[in-house]
Amino acid sequence: MMKLRSAICFGLSALALAALAFALPAGAADKIDPVADAKAFKKFFYDKFPKLKPEDFVNGPYSMDEGLHKQWVEKEQFPPYEFAVEAGKEMFTKPFKNGKTYEDCFPNKGIGIRQNYPYFDEKEGKVITLELALNRCREANGEAPYSYVKDEMAALTAYMAFTSRGKPMDIKIPDDPRALAAYEQGKEYFYTRRGQLNFACSTCHVQSPGERIRTEVLAPALGIMNAMPIYRSEWSGMGTTSRRYVTCNSQVRGVPFNPQDDEYRNVEYYLSYVSNGLPISGPGARP
Amino acid sequence: MASTIRVRATNNGEITEVQALIQHPMDSGFVKDSKGEIIPPHFIQQLTFEYDGKPVFVADWGGGVSKDPYVKFAFKGGKKGDELKVSWVDNKGATDSNTAKIG
Amino acid sequence: MSNTESKLSRRVILQGAGAVALLGLGSMSLGWPAFAAANDKYPAEAFKQKSDADAIKALYGKTAEASDKIKLDAPEIAENGAVVPVSVATTLPDVTSISFLVAENPIVLVASYRIPAGTVPSVANRIKMAKTSKVTVLVEAGGKLYSAGKEVKVTVGGCGG
Repeated sequence: MMKLRSAICFGLSALALAALAFALPAGAADKIDPVADAKAFKKFFYDKFPKLKPEDFVNGPYSMDEGLHKQWVEKEQFPPYEFAVEAGKEMFTKPFKNGKTYEDCFPNKGIGIRQNYPYFDEKEGKVITLELALNRCREANGEAPYSYVKDEMAALTAYMAFTSRGKPMDIKIPDDPRALAAYEQGKEYFYTRRGQLNFACSTCHVQSPGERIRTEVLAPALGIMNAMPIYRSEWSGMGTTSRRYVTCNSQVRGVPFNPQDDEYRNVEYYLSYVSNGLPISGPGARP
Repeated sequence: MASTIRVRATNNGEITEVQALIQHPMDSGFVKDSKGEIIPPHFIQQLTFEYDGKPVFVADWGGGVSKDPYVKFAFKGGKKGDELKVSWVDNKGATDSNTAKIG
Repeated sequence: MSNTESKLSRRVILQGAGAVALLGLGSMSLGWPAFAAANDKYPAEAFKQKSDADAIKALYGKTAEASDKIKLDAPEIAENGAVVPVSVATTLPDVTSISFLVAENPIVLVASYRIPAGTVPSVANRIKMAKTSKVTVLVEAGGKLYSAGKEVKVTVGGCGG
């Protein structure tokens, strides 16, 4: 059934998708143009959901379905992820063995900066995500890194996201061919089919937002990173961006990459950039 | 260690509205872990809210209440600045309590 | 159902007459342990029952009649069976107890709330539902038992599970 559905979807959206994936000015086939991409990306979703305001997209499925929205509003009164945010705050200010804290690794003591991640490190020539930066902070201070898919990293990123709530996503791509290449690789990853189910990220999140995959309502790709990390009812807990990327790859019956591998960091870079301007809503709740 | 109990109590003159969120696994005893073994039941059985030395709300819970349980209720009375006492006991005999000022 | 009727009338007398009527409580508890237990102890027996009828019997010792004065708020389709927000409000007077049952749960009784005088008869909570099921709320008011119900769909199977 999913095959038939995806075939139909593919047929209907192929044109729109092609326009989106290859939003290039005529004759400039080799030029990477994130600004044009972001504009086309947003236009695609704004046109598809004319009743939604830009900031609604950061709430994923809750902006796609009235019944889900109501349950979400009820839970947001006193959300279950409060404990993870508090745990993250406590961890953030607790000294490492050498006396320093995470505050020493980040600008403004780590408060209100989440919207600047990922960023492209020109010295190293690679994309640095928040999760990667946190583990580097640990290692620089003589501590063992945390797993990218477990509670500690989820709590730390939840706290940092919380301090940035409401701030617009603000990803920068320096005028550096390596940064542009990383961005483009992320974009390519996003639109490439993988796994036995042969789905690309776009198959669900660009072609079918608001529709269901089996019984779950799909979130739009626009604003999807703004809600990270997410407290999923399914996980009964807070989970990281890495965890979601890995499990999604498994769910399309593909072999996942390792957390924070190039492909994942680059797609996070791409997805975050095209959602610039939309508010940070993390840590988000999700079904 | 911080309390497992988070309470928000607000008074609007006649009525005091109370919301509580409690950190607790609320394992029902019907779920298996990744090894296929039953996770033993571990849940809050009784949650009591007291104002002015008297219970204003008592919850008798089973494993069917969600993890990190939440409850909301309201009672007539209460004054801003007064304290509300909240305590729970679970099936293992563990307890926790906390007080919250009515805002 | 004369047994039920006599139970009911004794209960009403108990509430009206206060301390004097309590003298009768000891002998009552031999036959109907639910009454004594419901007043201050955790209803352990009720939390073992696997059917609505058995849970209601263990918890209240009487049968419930449907009431349109109870407003049960629960989603049509639960976002996830692990955390289903369900709430109730009622205009019935003299409410002393509110309970929630989920017929398809392994243990049907999910929660039972004691409502002392002066507490508003309204509760919001988040419950687990094993699968699509009728959710029933019971309200004990003025010594009688009332109920309202709603079917809540629980779906399983999304991205990959």
